[in-house]
Amino acid sequence: MTLASPSDFEDNLQPQGWLRYFSFSLDHKVIGLQYLICGFIFYLVGGALAGIIRTELWSPMSDFVSRETYNETLTLHGTIMIFLWIVPVVNGAFGNYLIPFYVGARDMAFPRLNAVAFWLIPPAGILLISSYFIAGAAAQSGWTAYPPLSLTTPAAGQVVWILSVLLLGGSSIFGGINFIATILKLRRPGLKLMMLPLYCWAMLGTSVLVVLSTPVLAGTLILLSFDIIAHTGFFNPTMGGNVVVYQHLFWFYSHPAVYIMVLPAFGLVSEILPIHARKPLFGYTTMVYSIMAIVFLGLIVWAHHMFTSGTPPWMRLFFTIATSFIAVPTGIKFFNWLATLWGGKIALNSAMLFSCAFIVNFVFGGITGVALAQVPFDIHVHDTYFVVGHFHYIVYGGTVFVIFGSLYHWYPKFTGRLLNEDLGRLHFLLTFVGFNLCFAPQHWLGLNGMPRRVAEYDPAFTTLNQLSSVGALLMAISTLPLLINVVVTAINGKKAGDNPWNALTPEWLTSSPPPVENWHGEAPLVTEPYGYGQHLEAKA
Amino acid sequence: MTSTTPLQDSTAIEARQEQAEEAHGDFRLFGLATFLVADGMTFAGFFAAYLTFKAVNPLPEGGIYELELLLPTINTVVLIISSFTFHRAGKECRAGQLGASRLWLGITGALGAIFLAGQMVEYFNLPFGLTDNLFASTFYALTGFHGLHVTLGVICITIVALQTRPGGRISATDHFGLEAAELYWHFVDGIWVVLYGILYLL
Ligand code: HEM
Ligand SMILES: [Cu+2]
Repeated sequence: MTLASPSDFEDNLQPQGWLRYFSFSLDHKVIGLQYLICGFIFYLVGGALAGIIRTELWSPMSDFVSRETYNETLTLHGTIMIFLWIVPVVNGAFGNYLIPFYVGARDMAFPRLNAVAFWLIPPAGILLISSYFIAGAAAQSGWTAYPPLSLTTPAAGQVVWILSVLLLGGSSIFGGINFIATILKLRRPGLKLMMLPLYCWAMLGTSVLVVLSTPVLAGTLILLSFDIIAHTGFFNPTMGGNVVVYQHLFWFYSHPAVYIMVLPAFGLVSEILPIHARKPLFGYTTMVYSIMAIVFLGLIVWAHHMFTSGTPPWMRLFFTIATSFIAVPTGIKFFNWLATLWGGKIALNSAMLFSCAFIVNFVFGGITGVALAQVPFDIHVHDTYFVVGHFHYIVYGGTVFVIFGSLYHWYPKFTGRLLNEDLGRLHFLLTFVGFNLCFAPQHWLGLNGMPRRVAEYDPAFTTLNQLSSVGALLMAISTLPLLINVVVTAINGKKAGDNPWNALTPEWLTSSPPPVENWHGEAPLVTEPYGYGQHLEAKA
Repeated sequence: MTSTTPLQDSTAIEARQEQAEEAHGDFRLFGLATFLVADGMTFAGFFAAYLTFKAVNPLPEGGIYELELLLPTINTVVLIISSFTFHRAGKECRAGQLGASRLWLGITGALGAIFLAGQMVEYFNLPFGLTDNLFASTFYALTGFHGLHVTLGVICITIVALQTRPGGRISATDHFGLEAAELYWHFVDGIWVVLYGILYLL
């Protein structure tokens, strides 16, 4: 049996116009870019909200916006960044674009489901954001929506919030099903699982987490909406309900969710490093097994978010140990990346700068994570800015850095043009300095007891907060070189050629941008996607 | 190369999709099975919540409700039988006996409807309402969510039964719709058995 030959596809069937990005296109490449652009727009919105937060926190008093608006702002900020930017982009955008290439297919397993999954996102996002403009009616209970807070804050906004998170969860589940089916069922003949580029493994693991944990969040939010709308008492202590059950169910999703946000980034970095260091990925097999170990452990550590919720001692013990164990597979990956770089012919371009910075930031966030897993320490810093610092090092310093690095790396694939390196380095510099300036001080603030999610603070914390706000300003400015870069190069950027990085992974073994059917002929059989510095490179 | 409308674009991609299916066998059932795993996790979350509530949240004075066992037990039997009748319908279909298949599908659908009717009767005779207490709320949430699944199942069975008519979409060789509905129905039945055990017997 063979894959379709190119003559099966009429040349003029390749869609050209930009209008296709607004259509219900079934092409995985179009859908991937739809995710990317849509996600980036939401990133700008979420960033503007972060700007409001940091401006408010410039001074100890609540003077820039009202307290209610502050709470609405931080709720919307968190929800947008997680559900509308990171998850859709690091999974949906790069996953849809790359996975069919990596498995040697011409599309995802279920193209129509794929388009549906994407088109759930814009309405959900608009719904969520619109609630912000109805005065005093937006959700105020944070991205975690803990009851009883979420039961006592304005109901309308909370219900809108639940509705849009349900839509986004549905989108994510459909995406996950599609990735699992594509990776397991759609591989080109002869392509064994252990030959796949690592990003496939990352997406397989992530999708397993999505499919197993997102439905639990959906169920939980349905029960929460019953409490709000029908006045049941599932999570309402005054009616005999139990708030801790909500926390268990919520974190059963939301701890895996942090891996849904970071595992794909692990995968992308594992693609970028070997290409720009001209060395094979170190320890492929251990990489695969550590992804699987992280998936498994990721499902049994959720209660480390609940050490102060009256968890019994045995539970604390179990969850501390299980959480600390995650450091093992994560450490294996970390050292594998270092070993990949070791002695390589490293090209320190923008893609590589962001990827290397990812390693640095992530290891810092990982260390504070392991610290937070220790009960005596966590009781001290739980719900303080230390936690905010921790997860921003992971989610921003980790995943967002990788998204930017991936953009520089794959932009020539998407468009056939290279992004400008000078602007890229400026973007990197501003992001790196701004990011560290913004989030490093938050660890000190947290250690000294500044609670998170409060508009006011002790005046003793002013200096560190202002440092953090300056960092946030730099981060805001850093998007300018990126935007300029994308716009300018789209018009007259340097032509990239088909394979500017001399890469061996399958997406580069076709034209840039690729034809609708992905390859002009048969899909190539790539058995050694990381064979750099070996005999294969001569051919490339 | 000329620019094309999205319509042409999607026909090209559909053609491509058909080729992928030819090359790799039908993976739609695999996709459905993955979805059912996800759906099962929603139920698992509900079950976990219910069991925790039961373990740690005592009901207020006089709040313990005994559930009548007769009707739900009959309902359980009805649903289990319907799994077998659906299985039979699938067998007949694959053997080319579309008429017989349609008959068995009809029986299955009717059993599903009987189950739903039974559920309604039970609801109307219960001594508690949705918001009376934690047990009542969880009871309605669980059975209601499952009832929605049964309703969807009955609708699917009706559609599939119509498709087995001469000239319909389903034939002895091409019967994905039927197989999908069957898988789904077995899943819904399986969930009910667990639910019956946890809610009525435990
Ligand atoms: C390296 C292993 C990691 C460990 C051991 C770890 C541990 C922890 C612990 C114990 C907390 C709870 C702190 C508290 O609330 O008192 C926490 C919070 C958090 N972590 Fe991690 N973490 C790790 C990696 C990650 C990753 C990879 C991500 C995201 C991609 C992440 C995102 C978060 C988030 C979002 C929170 C705060 C949630 C909230 O309360 O709003 N963590 N982490
Ligand atoms: Cu966690």
